[in-house]
Amino acid sequence: MSDRDRERPSPGSPAHAGPTFEELEAEPIIRREGSLYADAWRQLRRRPMFIISGILIVILALMAIWPGLFTRADPRACSLADSLLRPSGEHWFGTDVQGCDYYARTIWGARVSITIGVLVTACSTLIAMLLGSIAGYYGGWVDAVIARLTDIWFAIPTILGGIVILRSIFSTRGLLQVSLVLIVLGWPTMLRLVRSAVMATKEMDYVDAARALGVRPFRIIRRHILPNAIAPVIVYATITVGVIISAEAALSFLGVGLQLPAISWGLMISVAQNRILTAPHLLLFPGALLSVTVFSFILMGDALRDALDPRLR
Amino acid sequence: MATTLSRDAVAGRPVDPAAPLLAVEDLRVEFRIDAGTVRAVNGLSYTLGRGETVAILGESGSGKSVGAQAVMGIIDSPPGFVTGGSVRFRGVELLDLPEAERRRVRGNRMAMIFQDALTALNPVFPVGWQIAEMFRIHRGLPRKAAGEKAIELMERVKIPSARVRAGSYPHEFSGGMRQRVMIAMALSLDPEILIADEPTTALDVTVQAQIMSLLAELQQQTGMGLILITHDLGVVAEVADQVVVMYAGREVEKGPSLPVYHRPAHPYTLGLMDSLPRRDVHTERLRPIKGSPPDLLAIPPGCAFRPRCPYGREICAREEPPLAAVTSDRISACHFWEEVSRERAGA
Repeated sequence: MSDRDRERPSPGSPAHAGPTFEELEAEPIIRREGSLYADAWRQLRRRPMFIISGILIVILALMAIWPGLFTRADPRACSLADSLLRPSGEHWFGTDVQGCDYYARTIWGARVSITIGVLVTACSTLIAMLLGSIAGYYGGWVDAVIARLTDIWFAIPTILGGIVILRSIFSTRGLLQVSLVLIVLGWPTMLRLVRSAVMATKEMDYVDAARALGVRPFRIIRRHILPNAIAPVIVYATITVGVIISAEAALSFLGVGLQLPAISWGLMISVAQNRILTAPHLLLFPGALLSVTVFSFILMGDALRDALDPRLR
Repeated sequence: MATTLSRDAVAGRPVDPAAPLLAVEDLRVEFRIDAGTVRAVNGLSYTLGRGETVAILGESGSGKSVGAQAVMGIIDSPPGFVTGGSVRFRGVELLDLPEAERRRVRGNRMAMIFQDALTALNPVFPVGWQIAEMFRIHRGLPRKAAGEKAIELMERVKIPSARVRAGSYPHEFSGGMRQRVMIAMALSLDPEILIADEPTTALDVTVQAQIMSLLAELQQQTGMGLILITHDLGVVAEVADQVVVMYAGREVEKGPSLPVYHRPAHPYTLGLMDSLPRRDVHTERLRPIKGSPPDLLAIPPGCAFRPRCPYGREICAREEPPLAAVTSDRISACHFWEEVSRERAGA
């Protein structure tokens, strides 16, 4: 930016002996529009939906990375004497059956949920981008094989498939096992999206132009197709983070996800269901935080879609 | 990747010093789609020498762009297939080269510019970056040096304040400036052949003239051969040495451009002339060619132009007209070329 300002000759400078036709044509630099992303960013900054979800996601991310910022209490330091206390000044969210501080546990629960959400989304997006761009760019039998494989995979319901795999294959179920299962089951939708975006972008003239200038296929995909096809993928990935977080909660709730003593919102909700009438706060707090998290990511996805997808403007 | 390539070999094969820059012979391209086989190009031949300009003329769907894409080797396959003919670059057959070597020819030895530079430039990168990329991938230049070369090139195609504009995105340029960027990109590696696919169709008339004179000037500086694909007869007469008129995938008339322009020997060429407003002749009204080009899935037997042809007779429906020699360097694919060429005998 600063380069541009410095180098643009000022209208009064001696270099300007009356503007030529072409100089007049070049004038619009002053009103720079920038790339798709610069444009989207300018739009986003003003949108309440983006600002709210952005702030919430930053808070949740801080919670996941440094839970100590939010609570001094140790979520695993419990005294049975304090079992099932109602929310109070000392224990903001009350305590659970074991007498652990429920506020601390809820805060620490963010770490598992967000780690799984981000990890699973990142990995399945990576798989989808790799296979999807190969299928979309090369077409033909390569595409046929990948697309059919995806269709078969796609037919497996996530939760049901998750229950079967988690129960039959793994003896212990930690963060890694649950993530792995969700990655394995999660990539097909994303792949379809990448594939169709790549196929649409492949038809653009600049891809032909790049080929006419002797650019290699791999570089064409990386430089010319993916940067132009990525907008819908970013949008969908953001929404997926929310969906995966709730899928983890669902699996944990059903008893096939994380196991105690892990701290996760799904697990907390699962334990709380037996005492819903006597200690509703056990369900309320992790449930509310889970909803807010999923909501933030979905809201962010929507805001990104509005900004990145020119057809919806 | 290789740094500076020897200009005396193509993909490791020595060039034939006596051969023309480019010789296309009986090129045939078809697209196999669900509805059948589209014969997009049915026998296209021409030669291009250093510093020469060959214009390929025809309306949409005549196969002129597909023919050029086949020369470049960028036809999507499937569904497109080059089914016959030969494309020899300085004597080296390109159609036989493996894809990796063909790719090395593209950009380095022959380059192409497209009709609409807005869609032919990548919208998410600044233009300077895009031009610089050519030097980075083909010549292995570091980022900074490549950027400097890009600015040099932008100056060479007369983009004002090039250093500033190198950071702008394609949609921030006017159509003419965008086409200049495209030309800069195509010329970055000093190709010996430039294929321009309707380079001025999307532009204003005044800008069209600027782009054509820029191309002519660059051609003079570099001695490159230019293949100009167009449907604009006016452009052809001004800049082309040779012209190939295509109809329904077939060449119907070919020869030095001025004689063809002044005295067409094929009814289709004549029709194109008559549908063009002219400054020198005050005709009361323009005469467009009636009807529309044939469906390439079902080209009628005999002469493809017959349904629209004012000279059409019974023989035309039966026999595909042979390529008749009008003069020693001109051919016409019409049974009645003599009659047609008398049309303008007085002009």
